[in-house]
Amino acid sequence: MNRIAAYRVVAALLSGAIFGFGLALSGMLNPARVRGFLDIARDWDPTLGFVLAGAVLVSAAGMALMRRMAKPLLDSRFHLPETEVIDRRLIAGSAIFGIGWGMVGLCPGPALALLSPGLPAVVLFVAAMFAGMAAHDRLQGARLWNRA
Amino acid sequence: MADYVSALLGGMLIGLSAVILLLANGRVAGVSGIAGRLLQGVQTATGTAFVVGLMSGPVFFRLFFGEWPAIQLSANWPFIIAGGLLVGYGSRMGSGCTSGHGVVGLARLSRRSLAAVGTFMGTAVATVYLMGFFQ
Repeated sequence: MNRIAAYRVVAALLSGAIFGFGLALSGMLNPARVRGFLDIARDWDPTLGFVLAGAVLVSAAGMALMRRMAKPLLDSRFHLPETEVIDRRLIAGSAIFGIGWGMVGLCPGPALALLSPGLPAVVLFVAAMFAGMAAHDRLQGARLWNRA
Repeated sequence: MADYVSALLGGMLIGLSAVILLLANGRVAGVSGIAGRLLQGVQTATGTAFVVGLMSGPVFFRLFFGEWPAIQLSANWPFIIAGGLLVGYGSRMGSGCTSGHGVVGLARLSRRSLAAVGTFMGTAVATVYLMGFFQ
């Protein structure tokens, strides 16, 4: 591994750690809280809306910075999705994802972050999530837009 | 700290994390994509580092505040298995989840991500609503 590639690993580690701490601070690691946010018809808890708002705000500032950079600090180009087509796969996949998210109150980021407290139910969820991903790749063929 | 303040600060840290990955590595901080590529053996070094970092988040929280963040998970095991399968399958089919489409995609003003977020928020809200009748 050359030095730049090693720096990329450090950047990914740092990014993941900040992401995980942010999740913990925000309340997103509490599935009951997440489901309360989704329960708009009954006893709606709007708090987690602030999580998305804060995240998108800071992320948008990063996008503005990115547009002024020719390339990222540690790679030769930005790897962003290029397709803009809203197709059936996007909508059907998102619909399926939302059902699972609503059932349990966990999405992939919080589920992986929660492996450290090590609750059996979370370990089971993560195992099922990876099985779902593997099932998708087997049935639909692996179609990842940035494999390189 | 008031809940909405910690929610806002936590969200801003999540945004900062996405900015670091984007400006340093040129990559989208999309957790389902990172996990999916790990499963395929693609970009394993950075992917593993990101997931290890992610898992360290609650540990740092505990060092900082002296306790784990609150976790209330009431779903029974069949629901947890079914939910995990749907989250895994759907996030790969839809090319993203709450982080990739939600945080990064919306910040990029991506039409695809807006459609994805609208769709999964819609089905998640409907799922919680319908499940409420059986509890």
